[in-house]
Amino acid sequence: MKAPPFAYVRARTLDDAFELLDKHGEGAKLLAGGQSLIAALNLRLSSPDILIDISRIPELKGIAVAGGKVHIGALTTHAEIERSADIAAHVPLLAQAAPHIAHAAIRNAGTLGGSIATADPSAEWPACCVALDAELVIATKAGSRRVKARDFFKGVYATDLRSDEVLTGVDFPARGADHVSAFLELTLRRGDYAIVGVAAFAKKASGALTGVRLAYLGAGETPILALSAMAAAEAGRPAADVAAALAADLRPAPDLYTTAATKLHLARVLTGRALAALAA
Amino acid sequence: MDPTVETTMTVNGSAVTRRIPARQHLIDFLREDLGLTGSHTGCEHGVCGACTIRVDGRIVRGCLMLAVQADGRRVDTIEGLSDSGELAELQRAFHRRNALQCGFCTPGMLIAAQDLVLHQPGATREQIREHLSGNYCRCTGYQSIVDAIEDVLAARRK
Repeated sequence: MKAPPFAYVRARTLDDAFELLDKHGEGAKLLAGGQSLIAALNLRLSSPDILIDISRIPELKGIAVAGGKVHIGALTTHAEIERSADIAAHVPLLAQAAPHIAHAAIRNAGTLGGSIATADPSAEWPACCVALDAELVIATKAGSRRVKARDFFKGVYATDLRSDEVLTGVDFPARGADHVSAFLELTLRRGDYAIVGVAAFAKKASGALTGVRLAYLGAGETPILALSAMAAAEAGRPAADVAAALAADLRPAPDLYTTAATKLHLARVLTGRALAALAA
Repeated sequence: MDPTVETTMTVNGSAVTRRIPARQHLIDFLREDLGLTGSHTGCEHGVCGACTIRVDGRIVRGCLMLAVQADGRRVDTIEGLSDSGELAELQRAFHRRNALQCGFCTPGMLIAAQDLVLHQPGATREQIREHLSGNYCRCTGYQSIVDAIEDVLAARRK
């Protein structure tokens, strides 16, 4: 199908973007990499009056490592994250997750900020942000604020972002030498939307895991930090008990192919594999 | 009236300037305004890969990019990449291995395959399949396409 008519304007700077948002109000939508938005427009699931193209704003690009943190600009593409030596060294979970995002041609265009602001519950980056306790940086004309990833995602395609705000980047804690991570997901075909997946992170000292964090995608309306399963892991319970505890954490919805019970089962299988990968 | 935007891009080495409706995606522009019908309009929501082209040297979905977003960019289509000879080896291998029947997916398949030749020349059969998972073929069953690409990668390694 073809997109409905809309106007298009390119923001040169962040201030430019705020001005355009102010001027066009609720009828405006921000265009970053467009890999979700243009598909939605072509399917006529969205019909904005105007697209504000922020994709060329230089201050929203790039990866910077400083002071124990890794800041990734919102417009950094999935492919740039996948190829970055800084990411592989300091936030390896993101390097592990990136190859699972759609296909190479989409990873070359889609952006970190676009994926997070879209808030698809089966997307990879939101779950990684929650697992790593990342902080989202959100700006308006008046200034900027920071929101923890676990407080940002409110529902299916729903976030804490207001219509006059722009997500400018994400701060990830740089990994310590004793941290380990794993990313696993199940799909019908490589690159399809995940049926269910897990982003896992922990501290490993002399073979023992502590501070295990498990965040799931495709297991509810938002990425879910599995607090019951994490408590079981922290108490040193065997992997089977950690997986069993997931029943209290996850709320998977059935889709055309997979029932909720099957998704919960698959999440448990992935949990066992993730814990084994962290301990390996 | 559709809002239009004056846009200049380089298509297969030549500069093109047009007023383009904001809502028109790049593949429709290439096909309908420039007559470059080698890039195919398939699903129009980023799933099938028939519209795979190169923008600034990297493969993208042409249906998920507005033509106005290509302003100032370098766009390469199957026509340009065929004429330059860049795809000749892959094209020969596809022919030899019978890696196409109806041909609808072939331009996208070739451009996606060339991305592998350029950036992941050591790819295994499994990695070739992973890389092509976003390009649908409804005729061949993929086996012969993977064979053709494997041939080219192997010949390059010699």
